[in-house]
Amino acid sequence: MNDNKTPLAIELRDISKRFGAVQANKDICLQVPTGTIHGIIGENGAGKSTLMSIIYGFYEADTGEIEIGGKKTHIRTSEDAIQAGIGMVHQHFMLVENFTVLENVMLGAEGGALLRQGKDDARLELKRLASEYSLDVDVDAIVEELPVGLQQRVEILKALYRGAKILILDEPTGVLTPQEADHLFVILKSLKEQGVTVLLITHKLREIMASTDNVSVMRQGQMVAHRETKNTDKEELAELMVGKKVRLKVDKDDAKPTGLVLSAKKLSLVDSQGVKRLKDVSFELNAGEIVGIAGVSGNGQSELLNVLSGISSLSSGEIQFAGETITAANPKNASQMRDLKMAHVPEDRHKMGLVTGFEAYEAAILGYHNSSAYNGSILLNRKAMLSECEERMAKWDVRPPNPHLKTANFSGGNQQKIVIAREVEQNPEVLLIGQPTRGVDIGAIENIHEEIVKLRDSGKAILLVSVELDEIMALSDRILVMFDGAVVGELPASDADERTLGLMMANAYNGPLSKTGDKA
Amino acid sequence: MNQAKVPVWVSIALIPFINVMLAFFVSALVILALGEDPIEAAGYLIYGAFGYEEGIGYTLYYATNLIFTGLAVSVAFKAGLFNIGGEGQAYIGGLGVGLVCLWFDSSLPLMVIAPLAIIGGALFGAAWAYIPAYLQARRGSHVVITTIMFNFIASSLMVYLLVNWLKQDGRMSPNSRTFEESAWLPYMHELLAPFGIELSESPLNASFLWALICCVFVWGLIWHTRWGYQLRTLGTNATAAVYAGIDNSKVTIWVMLISGGLAGFVGLNEIMGVNHSLLLNFTAGYGFAGIAVSLMGRNHPVGIIVAAILFGALYQGGSELAFEIPTITPEIVVVIQGLVILFSGALENMLKDRIEGFFIRKSVA
Amino acid sequence: MKGAFLVTATALAISVSSAHAADVKPAVVYDQAGKFDKSFNEGVYNGIVKFTKDSGIQVREFEPKNEAQTEQGLRRLAKRGHSPIVAVGFSMASALERVAKDFPDLQFTIIDMVVDLPNVQSIVFKEHEGSFLVGALAAMKSETAKVGFVGGMDIPLIRRFSCGYEQGAKYVTSDATVFENMTGSTPSAFNDPTKGAELAKSQFSQGVDVIFAAAGGTGIGVYQAAKDEGKFAIGVDSNQNHLQPGTMLTSMVKRVDLAAYNTYDQAVKGTWAPGLTVLGLAEGGVDWALDDNNASLVDVDMKAKIEAIRADIVSGKVSVHDYMSDNACNI
Repeated sequence: MNDNKTPLAIELRDISKRFGAVQANKDICLQVPTGTIHGIIGENGAGKSTLMSIIYGFYEADTGEIEIGGKKTHIRTSEDAIQAGIGMVHQHFMLVENFTVLENVMLGAEGGALLRQGKDDARLELKRLASEYSLDVDVDAIVEELPVGLQQRVEILKALYRGAKILILDEPTGVLTPQEADHLFVILKSLKEQGVTVLLITHKLREIMASTDNVSVMRQGQMVAHRETKNTDKEELAELMVGKKVRLKVDKDDAKPTGLVLSAKKLSLVDSQGVKRLKDVSFELNAGEIVGIAGVSGNGQSELLNVLSGISSLSSGEIQFAGETITAANPKNASQMRDLKMAHVPEDRHKMGLVTGFEAYEAAILGYHNSSAYNGSILLNRKAMLSECEERMAKWDVRPPNPHLKTANFSGGNQQKIVIAREVEQNPEVLLIGQPTRGVDIGAIENIHEEIVKLRDSGKAILLVSVELDEIMALSDRILVMFDGAVVGELPASDADERTLGLMMANAYNGPLSKTGDKA
Repeated sequence: MNQAKVPVWVSIALIPFINVMLAFFVSALVILALGEDPIEAAGYLIYGAFGYEEGIGYTLYYATNLIFTGLAVSVAFKAGLFNIGGEGQAYIGGLGVGLVCLWFDSSLPLMVIAPLAIIGGALFGAAWAYIPAYLQARRGSHVVITTIMFNFIASSLMVYLLVNWLKQDGRMSPNSRTFEESAWLPYMHELLAPFGIELSESPLNASFLWALICCVFVWGLIWHTRWGYQLRTLGTNATAAVYAGIDNSKVTIWVMLISGGLAGFVGLNEIMGVNHSLLLNFTAGYGFAGIAVSLMGRNHPVGIIVAAILFGALYQGGSELAFEIPTITPEIVVVIQGLVILFSGALENMLKDRIEGFFIRKSVA
Repeated sequence: MKGAFLVTATALAISVSSAHAADVKPAVVYDQAGKFDKSFNEGVYNGIVKFTKDSGIQVREFEPKNEAQTEQGLRRLAKRGHSPIVAVGFSMASALERVAKDFPDLQFTIIDMVVDLPNVQSIVFKEHEGSFLVGALAAMKSETAKVGFVGGMDIPLIRRFSCGYEQGAKYVTSDATVFENMTGSTPSAFNDPTKGAELAKSQFSQGVDVIFAAAGGTGIGVYQAAKDEGKFAIGVDSNQNHLQPGTMLTSMVKRVDLAAYNTYDQAVKGTWAPGLTVLGLAEGGVDWALDDNNASLVDVDMKAKIEAIRADIVSGKVSVHDYMSDNACNI
């Protein structure tokens, strides 16, 4: 189709990339016409960043071809990418904060041993670029003194200074105010008019609709759809992003809630950068029910689990649980929460749930290592630890059933079983469970789901966080939807379908274009 | 993940062995360049360190100091802390030992003074580690920086104390008075004589036994108690430690206290065992050498004993070498020691991947 | 005198070396500063070089690197039957004492310290006598009647230098002012030229025009400062007149080389005896140095006066108070 016109700016053919067991990109094909703004959208972890890293030479694809401007190009390093006319603006700026704008732009392109000549040349070139693309910025300002929006402009100038004809922007609006974001889109349009091709990576539908010509959707490492922006809408994109999967079946009866176990009132959390991660989250949890929390990952679910389990302290609000009222002024740490019979299967077992260097029987007491069951007066009771670990391995069908094997050497499913067994066998009142089946094989998934239901039927309360809508719908009795740190909807599982949930999860496009934290 | 396929003996024995051999190879080149015979030199070195009773005694005497400092480094390292302050903690620990001896040597018997001196050394060493530990745990000042700085402070403090308070009037060197014999740790040759074991005289003394006891203590602490469990969790996965409800700053502080206390025991050997008075610079770099010992010993007490004996042998055999071949000056011996530290410590990973890769391929094939 | 001594010594050494070389296995243990310290240890080394040249007998040397090695080295040398074994410096006293007790048949010599054992020869110097002489010369040279002293480590030995120096200065100019500074209180004070230069400059700024540095390596800084300010300095231990010709008024030489040479030589001749040997002006153990480098600074009159004072001390007409006799400098 493009044969008679200018060649495509970027063409990817069957790009695949695997990291160990994880297939990050699979058979990706993409065509980006010159002088367009092309959006790539997908959930966190869908493989967008890996793909961009391949184009920019941070990683090399395992298989597949890249053509830039119609020519087959081997991109092994970022120098190759720059040579090919590709520039990248990272989510986190790569600027030397105490250098001036000019010095930052020159960095890596100083042009000769003596700075002065290079500086003068750079100054002229920078003036030209700034006027051509209406990218005004004081070249002698110190970067750290500039507002974020201008810093981003410096990044764009840096790329253009190196002769970029293709500009990749990775989640560019994450750090911007709405005004700055609007201004960015104006800049992108003017870049486009000058013939620059823009690749915009985001998970915000609103931005795609507002600024792109074409959009490609990624899900689980694959390119699932290409659309012309004017021929699609947010609903379709949201559905494509989340995907329709074979519905999991879990045999369970209706919940028979037997009374309030935990109540959360207006929970808020402000992180160390001052960003509000949880905004007035309120809900109640009853014994004998599973409450699912749905949402695109990164919308506050992890923070909610951390706050409830005592890993992070609340900024405001209160949790009532087991006769205690936990507030910012009266925090409880993770081991105190465990003592109140709050068990927690964390979302990331490698980072948090296990110590991968430990042998299985050691990892099996993490968090309960002070319990008298495992301790003599001074020494740990290894015999008790080992025999208990062996018992559980048999009961939960952990393979191989070797308590001395390092946890790192178990498969994902078996690692997860070790973690879940550890938490469930403590007979908790509340089980917080995050991504229970991430990276777990099908057989183990069923097994884990059955155990969760069994725990519910024994009268315990379960809070389930998962990015897998199937899982949420299959297991939950009630579903809460989180977006941008807040609970934006609640519905009984019987009323939930993918379309409704997908829309609720993409809540953003009903409201005004706004930045995280502005609503509060 | 590949770790599983590499036989254990490769990483704990073969790689350190190859590193030491490389260091000796480069040392041999240095000795050749000096016009001496490296084989002959190696002979003197080995004979000096292990060839006769007195030599072995000296080797173990040096090893005693290195076991203490090596353990100190490894305990901290297991918790993910890099304690560079062993030198200062040993110095101040020695002060604690020395003060106990000076106070009680004329009034108490050895059986009472010895435990008091152990407590004194541990308390003073631990106290010196406490401040950097506190700053790390509660204020976020990096423990590497603060412990290095505390080495200098310890050195100045000891000069001040020895010159202004502890020095004997009218004496040339800034030493305290010599302790009464009731505050001398028995030498090994004295200790074993009643059992009919005749040993040549050497500075090896009862503190060596205490060093071995400390190894057992550290081994038990790290691998067999809940405190060790917390410490290892913190050292390998700090996020998991938070998840498990472990109070990271508390663990940081008590780990550093133990580390400092262990380093402080150098004073038992040097002050109470050999010099019998407080003096300047008795630590002589053992605190720093302990870092290499700990690295080479893979942070395990057994490994540390082996590595400490190796370094002790280098000290003792090296001095024998310098004695026998005058062209090989003490400075060249320091170069050889430096090479061993360089190859087994700093360049540890130079060959590691290749050797492990070899075994992984072999196991795959 | 020295010439005659050397001739006889050489002649004797040659005549007896064949007979005694097999019996005498001399050795030396330097202190931790090492044998090339440009000062004390190096003096001993120079004596050994001369002894080896004269007698053809090699001297076994050992340089310990830490406290433990000092005793180890002494013991190892003793075990191999070396004798006499010379220990250099006061810091070796306790190690030597232990080893000498265990080897009563061997001969030990310690320089700069007294160890009272039947098989130990202790050689000490009357530094106060030599210091008296250079103090007198300093006072003669001074136009301001202000002379300075920069000591190394603050120990009784260095105070002995200081006290002798002050007595000498006041002997010539009774109202002379003597400025005294010690560099520090640890062994590193003997190797801190920067601090030496600072102390010297401070004294010069107070009107001092001659400074005696009894401070080992620290003295180098003092001499440099004196040269920079156009003032005078006095060296110590070995003849340091050549270091800054035109600035170095003289040097208070302490003949450790002679001491080392003598003890070996006595062993060869069979005249080595334990006990205390005190080397003063009379014995040639300490002296002032006059050579081409400072001849122009010392006129005939000054030279005559100094030689007269020297003779008076040797004869006992002038007695110099020794600080270490009562740990005080009451003059």
